[in-house]
Order: sequence, then structure tokens, then C-alpha cells
Amino acid sequence: MRGPRLETLRSLILWGAVGALLLVQPAAAQVTDADAIDYPPLPSFETPKPERVTLANGLVVMLLEDHELPLVDVRAMVRTGSRLEPAEKVGLADLVGRVLRSGGTESMPSDELDDLLEDRAASIETFIGIDSGAAFMSCLADDFPEMLGVFADILRRPAFEQAKLDVAKNQAMSAIARQNDNVNAVAAREFQELIYGSESPYARSATYATVGAVSRDDLVAWHRKYFHPNRVILGLAGDFDVQEARELVAKVFGDWPRGPDVDDPEAGYRKEPAPGVFFIEKNDVTQSTVGIGHLGITRDNPDFYAVELMNQVLGGSFAARLFTRVRSQKALAYNVGGGVRSDWDHPGVFQMTLNTKTETTAAGIDALLAEAKNITAEPPTDEEVERARSGILNSFVFRAISTRQILDQQMTYQYFGYPLDWQERYRKGIESVTTAEVLRAAEKHIHPDRFAILVVGPKEGRDRPLSDFGEVRTIDITIPEPAASGTK
Amino acid sequence: MRPAPARIHCLAVALFLLTAAAAPAAVEDLLAEFESKTTVRVLDNGWTFIIVERPTAPVFSFATVVNVGAAQEVPGITGLAHMFEHMAFKGTPNIGTTDYGAEKKALEEVEAAYQAYEMARRAPRADPAEVARLHAAFKKKEAAAGKYAVTNEFGQIVERYGGVGLNAFTNSDMTAYAYSFPANRVELFAFLESERFLHPVFREFYKERDVVREERRLRTESQPLGRLVEQVLATAFFAHPYKQPVVGYSSDLQAFTATDADQFYRRNYVPSNMVTAVVGHVKAETILPIIEKYFGRVPAGDKPPPLATVEPPQIAARQVTLVEAAQPVYLEMFHQPSVTHPDQEIYTAINDVLANGRTSRLYRKLVRDQKIAISAGSFSGIPGTKYPSLWGAFAFPARGHTNEEVQASIREEIERIKTEPVSDGDLERFRTRAKADLLRQVRSNFGLALQFAITETLWGDWRELFRSIDRIEKVTKDDILRVARETFQPANRTVGMIVTEEPATAGSGSQEEKSR
Repeated sequence: MRGPRLETLRSLILWGAVGALLLVQPAAAQVTDADAIDYPPLPSFETPKPERVTLANGLVVMLLEDHELPLVDVRAMVRTGSRLEPAEKVGLADLVGRVLRSGGTESMPSDELDDLLEDRAASIETFIGIDSGAAFMSCLADDFPEMLGVFADILRRPAFEQAKLDVAKNQAMSAIARQNDNVNAVAAREFQELIYGSESPYARSATYATVGAVSRDDLVAWHRKYFHPNRVILGLAGDFDVQEARELVAKVFGDWPRGPDVDDPEAGYRKEPAPGVFFIEKNDVTQSTVGIGHLGITRDNPDFYAVELMNQVLGGSFAARLFTRVRSQKALAYNVGGGVRSDWDHPGVFQMTLNTKTETTAAGIDALLAEAKNITAEPPTDEEVERARSGILNSFVFRAISTRQILDQQMTYQYFGYPLDWQERYRKGIESVTTAEVLRAAEKHIHPDRFAILVVGPKEGRDRPLSDFGEVRTIDITIPEPAASGTK
Repeated sequence: MRPAPARIHCLAVALFLLTAAAAPAAVEDLLAEFESKTTVRVLDNGWTFIIVERPTAPVFSFATVVNVGAAQEVPGITGLAHMFEHMAFKGTPNIGTTDYGAEKKALEEVEAAYQAYEMARRAPRADPAEVARLHAAFKKKEAAAGKYAVTNEFGQIVERYGGVGLNAFTNSDMTAYAYSFPANRVELFAFLESERFLHPVFREFYKERDVVREERRLRTESQPLGRLVEQVLATAFFAHPYKQPVVGYSSDLQAFTATDADQFYRRNYVPSNMVTAVVGHVKAETILPIIEKYFGRVPAGDKPPPLATVEPPQIAARQVTLVEAAQPVYLEMFHQPSVTHPDQEIYTAINDVLANGRTSRLYRKLVRDQKIAISAGSFSGIPGTKYPSLWGAFAFPARGHTNEEVQASIREEIERIKTEPVSDGDLERFRTRAKADLLRQVRSNFGLALQFAITETLWGDWRELFRSIDRIEKVTKDDILRVARETFQPANRTVGMIVTEEPATAGSGSQEEKSR
């Protein structure tokens, strides 16, 4: 036992020929079987831990040095999200996310800011998604002190210039006009509504009316409500000295006044499934786009690890049943997949998807439904489960090989209140799942009687009527125009 | 597994160093730094290997680029380069079968049955009963051969041993295969990546051809932009095979055979036509013997002769207009030289000034000031860069605005860059951004492996990836004026547009695949 461990230590310390020579011992002749290769052990690898500090105003800061290249990357996660916007102003959070960056700051007009960043080959981008907001900065190491100041300015003192809000609203309105052009975007959007409910903040989309209702005052009020240091996690990785970086952060963020500590209301979604068969007519395509499923789970569900392995068996790999049977063997689709998705603080969606030519729509739906039944009727075998487990465990090294990747993970766990060693718990969880538990996870989390089946595609030319699968409800996706008084 | 443009978007993944080495002072030092850790070895059979040592995280990435793309195809076998890319995942006599001896015979019978069916099907006055009979006979042989297949075993092996990112792409210029392994899988990499090109077996060929037909439906036939780009390329190119879609014409996807694919493979997948770059936790002196042992098995062969067809100068403006249910889209394309032409970086400069970021002219005019476009920009090297190709400008009109409006503004900016020298600030920003982009590009093993292999293929020397910076530094205002004047001529232009149909005439959409 001592021998191999000494070798791996050496391979860590000595980057020269010796370390690498110990790593690879070629066999005498070429193999004809991957299992016949004598694999040396992987050198052990210390995952670097970010330095962490919380400022007096509540700002959580994580830092990791990385001196390979003269670059610095910064990311801020802000506790906000479009799920917090009022129903009559869906699209507000997205506009805040855009104009935070594009609208300049109190000390720098937007065009000057754009010039400065691009002259230095730096970038700062901001956006607000469903459950969080983010700001990213990338710059050359020499520009880091100045750019961090600009970054702080954008987060703390955005100007939300009206002219730039007008541009962003124009873009948002135009995106609505285009929302039915891409069949996969239509399917994704409408499927979310079928699962979460059309009024849920997890599913609803902006309309001309809701975007038109947004004013600059709304952006200012949003910023005032959510952008406080005690709602922000800041991560920095790159070519700096940690101590100097900490001082810099204190300088530009230290006097940011703490805001109130409030809990945000929970966003609603439909808890009861609403199964059925739903059709959206779209005739400028030669395929049907199919989505089948219901609600999924959160990542802290006790079955999470068993579900992860079940997902690999069902749809997540080259060995997966959906890929092998529906694509490679039946040749029904190029694009097919599925799994029980999870999210950090709200349920994801269990979904199977497929695009197949119109003439094989029913055959495609049959194939997906068959695999949803087979996952319990033809239980995952030991071999399938071990293959899935090996795939995850043998590739585990790829989950933590870069400073930015590590920081992103730590920030995410911090943001959603998960333990910071979640990655290690994940590994142990995957190691210990049994084949029986994978079957139980499938039985517990996949329910064909709760399926919503959505088909988007041509009305004519299918192999069998959709009514074979149940009573069909047609969804009209005509984009509602704003009221006659108009919006801009 | 999919056609993709030649420009590669690298994963922006920063590397972690256990030892705190100093960062290079400037991007100009990058070439020297990479020279110190890069080894090039050409095997006896002509296969070029580039090993780049980055002893940080215990992983490595590799990319094999084969110098064959859709431009090497002719009508009748369009889509074959991409089809072979799919077949490179189907295994070998050792991978993907339960009994190759029996399977080989069964596959020969499949092929004979398919050829008989195909010839009957294509006959000018085909007899439907005979075609149906031969089709049934073929399907029977296909099912019999399929019993020996262990479907997707190649991919399963890669995943089981911890490989990630297993994928490939084909474009008009080249076919690339790339993924990553933990550092202790060096011999597995050598085995798998030599095995699949040494003796691929064309099992499940006709099933996979149907999968590719679905891919065509997904990416081209069911996407307004997909339809537009296919039409624009066919119009902008008069003679050169760049006019052909990478995924292939629909009729060819129903007609080419496994025998065609085998001939294509033998002609083009010769080691002298192949470059493999390996980047990461590897040592050249350790990995090269393993590479010799496995990849040296592939017999040498003659490189196929270079393409003879040259696109003649365009002498008349061309236009393609699609009337669609979708919102408007506007493109205008001009012929430009290949990537190895000395003017290449001047086109990069033009793109930087016209389209790069919020300071760019197209953004400021069309999006910020006039608000007639949701986005606007430009691009180079479509559909490839190995041969003279296309430069293009595009705009997505904003709601309530038209292709004519965005066209007028785009043409104003094109006129301006032809007549008015760019500013010192423009040039300075161009140089700074190009250098920073290169720094960001080299952060990823995977991205670097692809870039090294592609650059070596196009130029014969990976160093050109870094030398482009020297050419960028030398671009002058007069260069930009000259190239703009030469390129942006009406006779050199192809316009492509999507026009939104009036609701009253809403039709049944795509003309393709109606009753097949």
C-alpha cells in the first residue's frame, strides 16, 4: 500500500518526467478490449477551497487565486428573480437585468461605460433569471482594480437611462413578436405552463401588455428593493493576490449600506397534476415536437441520488434506453431524451422529449410512453445501474478542475442554503445507491397516469390521430395584441 | 454528430495551478510559452500528433481533425462526410458486436439487399410491387444483422471510464472528433481513437441514415433560419461545393449506401489527412510510444487530390426571398478569400468595427439609435474557411420594422467603411480585444485541442494560432479601405431575406417532405 501512495505523492510534486512515467505503464501489445487495459491510479487532486469572508454589511465574498493567465473573473449572485415580479408586469425583472448594464451609472453615462469596457477588452454583463440575478465581469489582470470599481458602480448606482430602457423594451417586444417562430421554443414554453400552471411565475411569459406596463420607476424600485449587500454573494477568481483583492472589495463594497433582512414570498405553482393531451398547430415544420411529463423534484429530496442514476439509465447517456431504443434502434428521432429534473428550491420537471417526422408522431409518443412504463416494468438491471454509477464516479474529476467552476459551485450552494460540501455528499450518495432503490425511485417519481402530453406540429399527416392517447385540447398560441390605446 | 460552423466557441474554463507560477507578461509571450510545452510528431503513416503539456488537473482532452468536409462531396453523395461522422460511433470488429464473424456476413447480405432495393426504387418507371418486395427483403436482412449489434457500445465505453464531452462535428471543410478523459486513461484514448478509424464497421447504417434525416428535419427543414441559410448558400455559390448543405440533400439521404460510405472513408480517412492534438496532464515522451503503438497500425495511403473547382467571380447581384410565417430576417453576403489569405485579419478588423459589441457601428445605428433592429452584426467564413467563402451582415428587424429599413442602414455603414478611414481608437480597440480573446481562448484543454488541430490542418502549423496576432498588429486604415472597396460591390452581393407572409395567405409551410 505504501508504494502506490508514494508514487501518487511524487506525481503531485514533480511535474517532470518521473511523475508522468509513473502514471502510465503501457501493456506489451495493443488490446482489443477496453477492460483489458491496465489502468494506473488517478493522481489524487486537492480541490482548492475558496477563501471566504463576510463583510459587516452582509456581503459574502469568496476568492480563489489563479495565476495561469493574466485574467480576472468576477461573478455576483443577487437574491432576486423574475418569480418575484407582479403578474401585470411580467418581463420587469428581465428588463432590470438588461438595463442594469446598458443604462449607465450615476457617475458614468452608458456610452462612456460601453467605450471604457470595450477599449480595455473587458466585459460586464448582467441578467435576472427566474430564481436569481447575476452580474459577471471579465477583465485583464492589470485592469482589475479599476474594473471592480465600475462593477460595483453598476450594482450599487445604476442610472437606468430612459433611452436604454426604450431600447430594451423594444427588444423585449420584438422577442414577443418572434416567440412562435422556433418550434422548440414554443414547445418548451408551453410545456412549462402545462406543468406549473400558466399563471405560475415558473411558467408565465411576458406579453405586449405586461412589458408595456413597465416604467423606469419600476426598475428603480426593483433595484432599491433587492440590491443590498446582504442579498449578494461575490466570487472572484484570477490573477490577483487574495489579500489585495479583499482590500479592493472592502474599498468599493464596504460602505454599501446593509438592507433589511426580509424573506421573499414563495412563488406558486400547480401542485396537482393536470394530465391530458394537448395540441398546438404549427404548419411550417416537418416534424412533431413532443413533450411528455409532470412535476419533478427538488435537489434535497432523499431520493435525489437514486433519481440521478435512474435518469442515466432512462435518458442521460449513450447507454440510456431512450437514446439506444428510440433513436439508434427505432430511428424515430435524432433528438430524444428525458429524466426527472430537479431544481434547488422548487421542483423541476419530469420530461421526455422527442422530435420526429410528422408521419411517425404516434409511433414516437408510443415509444416514449413505452419507456416510461418499462423503467418499472422492466426494472433497471444491476449492469445498467453499475454502468451509470461508473460513468458519474469515473468522471467526477471533471466537476472541480477550474477555479471558476469551483467558485460557481460554492456560490450556488451558499445562495440556495445547501451545505458547502454538497459535491462530496453527492459522490457518497451516488456510491451508495442500490439497484432496488433506483427501481423504487422510478416507481415513486414517474407516474404515467399524470402525464401531460404536448404535441406541436402540423395538423395533417400524422400516422394516427392524437385522440388515440386521450381527449385532445388545442392550445391557441396567437400572440395577444395590446389594447387599442397602444403601448410602446 | 452535427454540422457546425467552422468557428469554434471554446469553453471558458479556467485552469487551476497547484503551483503558483507567474502569469505570462503579455499575449506576445504566449507563442514562446506554448512552444516550450508542445511536441509535434508525424508518424510513419503520415498521421500528425500534437502534444501540449499542461500538468494541472489530472485530465486531458484530444481532438482529431480529418481534412474532409462537405466540400469533398458531389451530388449523389452529399451528406456523406457527416454521415461517416455518425458511423464513427458505431464500433469496429472489436467494439459493438457479439460475433463479428457472423455479423460481417450478415452485413454483406444487408448491403446486397439494399442495393437491389435502391436500384429498383430509383428506376424511372419503378414497379411499386417489386420495390415493396425488395424493401421487405432488405428489412428482413437488416433485422437479422441487427441481432449481432451491441448498440452504442463505443460511447458506453467512453462514458463508463469517465470520458466526458464525447462529440463530433462536420462542416464544409473538416470533420472533428473530440472529448476528454481522466489522466489515467491514456491507453484507452489510444485504443479507441485508433480503433475507430482503423477499421470502422458500418453496422446499423440505414437506421442511422434515418436518424440523420431526422436531424435534417430538425435543424434545416423545421427552422426558418435553417431554410434561409440553405437557400442563401445555394445561391451565393455557383460552382463551388460550398453551395451544398453539410447534412446533405434530402434525396441523397435516401439513396447513398454503406458501400458509398466505405469508399468515401477509404479515400479520405488516410493518416496523412489527419491531425490529432492532445492537451492536458500528459508527457510527450510517455504518450508518444503509446500513440505509435496504436495509431501506427493504420496503413498509410495517398492523400486525395485537392479540390479543383474554384468559384468564379460573382458578376451579378443575387437575391433569395422566403415568404414565411416567421418574423423578418435580413442577410447580405459578399465573397471573401480563404483564411490563409493575407487579408484575413483585415476582415476581422472590419467585423470588429462594424459588429463587435455595444460600441460597434451596426449596434449603435440599428439597435440603439434607430431601434429598427433587435440585433445586428456581421460574420466571416461561412460556410467554411479553407476555400474562399462568404462574409455577411445580418439584422433581425424590430417589431413593426422591415427588411428594407435595416438594409438601408446596413448599406450606409458599409458605404462608410469603404469611404471613411476608421479612427485610431477603432484600431486600438481591435488590437486590444483580439489579444484578450486569444488569452481567453487558451484557458480550456478541450478548446485548445480543437484549435491546435484545426490550425494545423488549415495552415500546416499550429503556431499560426498565435501568429495571427502579429498580422492583426499590422492592419492599417488603408488596408481596411482597400479590402472594403474590393469586397462590398453590388455585383459581389447575395441578399437573403425572410419576409412575413400576410395572414390571409397563411399556407402549409415547408415544401419539403410532403408525401415521402
